[in-house]
Amino acid sequence: MNSLNLELNILTGAIPAWQTTLEAAQLQPVCRKVADEGGRLLSLWGSDEGAGVIALHVVLVNQDGLLCLHLPQAFPAYPDISGIFPAACRMQRALYDLMGPCAAGAADQRPWLRHAAWPEDRFPLRKNFVTLPPPCRGRAGEGVEAGVHPHPDLPPEMGKEYSDNYPFVQVEGQGVHEIPVGPVHAGIIEPGHFRFSIIGERVLRLEERLGYVHKGIEKRFENNSLLFGAKLAGRVSGDSTTAYAWAYAMAAENMASVTPPERALWLRALFLERERIANHLGDLGYLANDVAFSFGMSQFWILKEQVLRNNAALFGHRYLMDKIIPGGVAVDLLDAGTLLGECDLLEQEVRLLRSILEEHAGVQDRYIGAGTVEPELAAQLGLCGLAGRASSQAWDARVQFPCEPYQRLGVRMATHRNGDVAARVIVRFEELFESIRLQREILAGLPSGYLLEALTDLPGNGFGLGMVEGWRGEVLVAMHTDAAGNVSRVHPHDPSWQNWPLLEHAILGNIVPDFPLINKSFNLSYSGHDL
Amino acid sequence: MYQILKQIIKTGIKTEPCPQADESMRAGEQRLQQQILAVLGRSLAIRLVDAGSCNGCELEIHAVNNAYYNLEGLGIKFVASPRHADLLLVTGTVSRHMEVALQRTLAAIPGPRLVVALGDCACNGGIFGESYASCGKVSNVIAVDVVVSGCPPTPIAIMQGILTAISEKK
Repeated sequence: MNSLNLELNILTGAIPAWQTTLEAAQLQPVCRKVADEGGRLLSLWGSDEGAGVIALHVVLVNQDGLLCLHLPQAFPAYPDISGIFPAACRMQRALYDLMGPCAAGAADQRPWLRHAAWPEDRFPLRKNFVTLPPPCRGRAGEGVEAGVHPHPDLPPEMGKEYSDNYPFVQVEGQGVHEIPVGPVHAGIIEPGHFRFSIIGERVLRLEERLGYVHKGIEKRFENNSLLFGAKLAGRVSGDSTTAYAWAYAMAAENMASVTPPERALWLRALFLERERIANHLGDLGYLANDVAFSFGMSQFWILKEQVLRNNAALFGHRYLMDKIIPGGVAVDLLDAGTLLGECDLLEQEVRLLRSILEEHAGVQDRYIGAGTVEPELAAQLGLCGLAGRASSQAWDARVQFPCEPYQRLGVRMATHRNGDVAARVIVRFEELFESIRLQREILAGLPSGYLLEALTDLPGNGFGLGMVEGWRGEVLVAMHTDAAGNVSRVHPHDPSWQNWPLLEHAILGNIVPDFPLINKSFNLSYSGHDL
Repeated sequence: MYQILKQIIKTGIKTEPCPQADESMRAGEQRLQQQILAVLGRSLAIRLVDAGSCNGCELEIHAVNNAYYNLEGLGIKFVASPRHADLLLVTGTVSRHMEVALQRTLAAIPGPRLVVALGDCACNGGIFGESYASCGKVSNVIAVDVVVSGCPPTPIAIMQGILTAISEKK
C-alpha cells in the first residue's frame, strides 16, 4: 500500500484494511496504480449523507489487504473506473439505478438493477425516497388482467407500468438468430434472462440481464437492529448463508473493536467449511447430471444429504442459518465424534467417485475444453473465487488474509490453469478434500471457552468491513452507522458480481446445449447479485 | 463400469417412507373438485417459479429429489414448461420485477391447476416483506391453495405440502 503515496488510515479488525478520502480527480489515478500492481476491484457502492450528498465508496484489494476509497460527493457524477476495472461497469450502473450518481464518460449507461418497479428519476436507496405501499394487484388468471394496477395513494406517475424495453446488443448477419431464455428457467434455479445470439448451434454472443430478484435487501438493513441485520445478511444468498453472516458480524465487530471468543471463531470456520463441503458436493452432483451421468448425481446428493442431516442434528439447522451472530455464535458443538465419522466417510466416498468420474470417457469429453476462460482474460476482467482459481487467479482470502483460526490451520489453495469446466470440477474436488482436512483440524484444535462476546452498541458515524472466503468466492459486507450508532447503510457484495460477466465470455464458441453445464460449473448467485 | 455397479449395489436403496398430507397447510377452500383430484392422482407435474427467494428454498427443492426423499418415485416430477404442469410451486417474496413473469407462468398452466406457496417469504412476505421492490407474499399476486412455512422448509415439509395439495380435503 505504501507505493500509493496516500495518507491511509488503518481500519482495525480481523483483515488488513486501510481507508482514505479522495478528491474526485484522484480516483482514476489511484485505481490505475492499484490495477497496474496487480490489484482488483472488490466492490463499489454509495451512501446517502443527507442534503443531496451521495458519497461513493470503492473497495480495492491487493496482496497487502483491502483499500477502501471514499469520495465525499459523487452526485451528480464521478469519474468512471470501468475502463480500469471492467467489473465496475455493472456496479456503476446499479449505483445509478439505486442512488443517482452517474459514472461520467462510462460507455454503458443502461439501467441494470432497475426494470419497471420504479421510475428512472426516483432513487430507492436515498433517505428521502418515500416507501409507499406497492400498487394493488389483481389476481391474474382469475378474470383479472395481469399487470400493475395503480394504488390510490401513489403519485400518478408511480402507478404506471414503466417501460422496460431493455436495449440488448443485437448481432446481425446472415443466419444469425436469437434465443431468449428466462426469466423463468427450465430447471429449479433462480430467475434471470439470457439472450443468446447464435449461428447454427454455436453461440456468437450471450448477454445477461439480471435484477429480477431485486427485492430491496439493502433498504431493509437501514434503521433495523443489528440482530435483524444478521438474519437478513444470512439470506442475501441462501447457499452462502454462513459466509454472509460471518462477514456481516465481522463488519460490526471490526467497527465496535470487539473480538469474538476463540471458540466462536473456530466454530465459525467449522460452519464455513461445512457450507463449502455441502455446496461442492451438490455442484459436483449437478455437474454429473448435466452430462447425463445420473449415477454421479445420486451419489453426491446422498453425501450432501448426510452433511445436511448432521448439521440439523448437531446445530439445529440444515444450512446453519442464524448460527453466526455479531459477537460470536449461537450454538455450540457438543458431539465432535459424528463429524469425525463424517470426515472419514466423505473422504473415502468422494475419492471413489472422483476416480469414477475421471475414468469416464463420456463425462470427461463433455468437461474438457467446455466454457474456457483463459487466465489472461480472467485477470483482465477480475474473475474471482472458485472460478477464478480454476483460471490461475490465485486469490483466496483464507490464504492471503487469514483471520483466526485460518492463520493456524494453513489453508492450501487449489488452483488450475485450464479455466474450463474440467478445471472447475478439479478445483471443487481439491477444495472438498481440503475442507475435510480443515474440519478435522478444527475438531482437533477447537479451544474451549464461551461463545459470545457482548456486542450491542456500535460507535456513531462508524464504518466497518468484513470479508470472508465463501464457497463461491469473497463475500464482502460494508456497514455504516449514523451519528447515534444506528445501522444506516449495509452493502453486501457477492462474488457473482465479478463472475457473471465472465460467463458471457466462457460460452462463446460453445454450443447452446453446453450452456447448462458451463453455467452450473460457475454456479453464480442471482439473489446475492440482485439484492 | 464395474466400480459403478459395485457402488450402486453397496449404496442400496436409501429412500425413506413418504410423509402424510397435513391439513393445516391448506390456505383456504380447495378449488379443485374431487373427481379432478382423482384424475391427477399422484401423477403430478410441477413447475417451479422462484419469484424472489434467497435460493435457500431451491436448495431444499433440489433435496426432495435426492435418493432419501425421492419425490419422483411417487410419480411427482418437476417439468421445464408450465404447459406441462399441474401445479405451480412458488418460492420467495414476489419481487416486483418478477410479478408479471409469475402471472404469465400461472396463465400458461392449463387448468385445473394448483398453487403452492413455499417458504416463509412466500407464505407471509418473510424477512424481505413488502417494499418498493417487493410485493410480499405470493397470495398478494396470485391465489394460493397450500402454504408451506419454514426458512427454508425441510424436504419433509415440502413433500407434505405437495401431497396436501393433491389430496382430498378431510
